[in-house]
Amino acid sequence: MMKKKLRSGEKVNWPITILLILGCLTVFFPLYMTIVIAFKQPSEMTNDIMGALGLPKSWRFSNFAEAMRVTDFWNSLANSLLLTVVTVVIAIVLHGIASYAIGRSMAKSKAYNFIYLYIVSGMFVPFAILMMPLIKQTAQLGIANRFGVIVLYVVFYMPINLMLYTGYLKNIPLALEEAARVDGATTWKTYWSIIFPVMKPMHATVAVLTAMAVWNDVMTPLVIMSGTGKNTLPLAQLNFQTQFGTNYNLAFASYLLALLPILLFYLFCQKHIINGVVNGAVK
Amino acid sequence: MKNGKMKNDRQRTFMLITIPVVVLFFFFNTFPLLRGVYYSFTNFKGYGSYEIVGLRNYIDLFSDGRVGNSYLFTVKYAVVCTVIVNVVSLLLALGLNSRIKGKTVLRGIYFIPNILGGLVVGYIFSFFFTYILPYVGQALGIEAISSSMLSRESTAWFAIVLVGAWQSIAMNTIIYISGLQTVPEDVYEAGSIDGATGWRKFKSLTFPLIIPFFSINMVLCMKNFLMVFDQIMALTKGGPSQSTESISYLIYQNGINGGQFGFQSANAVVFFVVIVTISVLQLRFTGKKEEQL
Repeated sequence: MMKKKLRSGEKVNWPITILLILGCLTVFFPLYMTIVIAFKQPSEMTNDIMGALGLPKSWRFSNFAEAMRVTDFWNSLANSLLLTVVTVVIAIVLHGIASYAIGRSMAKSKAYNFIYLYIVSGMFVPFAILMMPLIKQTAQLGIANRFGVIVLYVVFYMPINLMLYTGYLKNIPLALEEAARVDGATTWKTYWSIIFPVMKPMHATVAVLTAMAVWNDVMTPLVIMSGTGKNTLPLAQLNFQTQFGTNYNLAFASYLLALLPILLFYLFCQKHIINGVVNGAVK
Repeated sequence: MKNGKMKNDRQRTFMLITIPVVVLFFFFNTFPLLRGVYYSFTNFKGYGSYEIVGLRNYIDLFSDGRVGNSYLFTVKYAVVCTVIVNVVSLLLALGLNSRIKGKTVLRGIYFIPNILGGLVVGYIFSFFFTYILPYVGQALGIEAISSSMLSRESTAWFAIVLVGAWQSIAMNTIIYISGLQTVPEDVYEAGSIDGATGWRKFKSLTFPLIIPFFSINMVLCMKNFLMVFDQIMALTKGGPSQSTESISYLIYQNGINGGQFGFQSANAVVFFVVIVTISVLQLRFTGKKEEQL
């Protein structure tokens, strides 16, 4: 008690606090630049530095309307959401139960041990080597589209998610499910009614990590669904880059639109996101 | 009897779950990997007919200047980025873990770059390097930045390092913070009795205790930076004069659009081996260090 009081009475380290607050400028400056340029008209972009960095004369949204039209914003947003949400749901359902089956069998079975190592080592396979064969493969199967991209995500994030889930399962005592078994519940039922709810913190981590990876990924949709004419948010930026020309205001309005959903999401779920990331990395 | 039946149900269920998952994984990961290895022995252009050419692609790889350059650039980029990111992240984590005001808010702010997509961030920084920084450079009379960093071979790679670091520092800082939080307070108390302060305290007390987190960060950094793609795509597209082509970018560019499907498959196989080797070496090296402690 005494100790605690003493500690809270200790002085705030102001020099470091001030340094850290100043350091935030490195984070805010690019965002500030993006916002002010996005609201300006091309005529305001004079050659000196204030032309780019000064505040806009009026805060008009016309650039955003134009950017939405040029980059087909709503469709791109819908595609990004679709890919992210479906992948996350499948990851939680499929990777969760697969980890249960593999993780619970590993102790006794060499075969399952091998399967675990086999899948987890997939983490070291760079996309660059799979990219070209996968273009052929998805085309041959007729899934060079959003569906194919989701299937690939489910496979690509399987190693890391399997590792996370099995790591978490090790700390869940077997006794928990044995009790259900004595009551005559099937394994399937036991998983959904007992194990799945207990793994909730790991579901959150898996959801955050998978969602962020999918949401920001450029390469997979770029090489797999380029023929469909459909875009994700990042892909739209890439594909419409030439249409912005030298109209930086339009370009930056579009960049801001592309960043906004995840920024808003972060604003509301910051704690979950940071916790999820830490859990994922440290495990 | 009942128990045995239950056990069977358990094993059967596990098998019924595992088999399709393994098949799925094999079909979209191992199979294309094997196919990539196969193509690496052919002169396939990506279309039309092709022949097996044996080790030709691999021999050609080592005499191909463009491939060599991409390896030099990628390794240089990854090493410099890893060093910068880890030094800055560690300092930032020490700061954010000390007795400061507004800890939670500050931590939240410093994490923002990590959630943003690399491509769009690249575009934003591209403008910054082309129009803002040269203005500052001219005003201050700093030669190196008074024209666009991206348009000169000597500086373009470093501009990409800066953007890569800007995004990754966030992630590594958070990992270091969680490392620092595992250091028990009484270690410091014991240390301060012995008169350990500042650098000595960090070197002999704090750092040894967070080595596991240091190794996570090293492995994460190296692997991610070696696969750099988005930033290249947004900032330089490999230029000027192919000086910033990363391995992934070159494989994408020439393998898919340049008719070098077979040749770039060989490149990808070598790249895969390099990544596995580096990761294994790092894990071994840091694993040993942890054991020693």
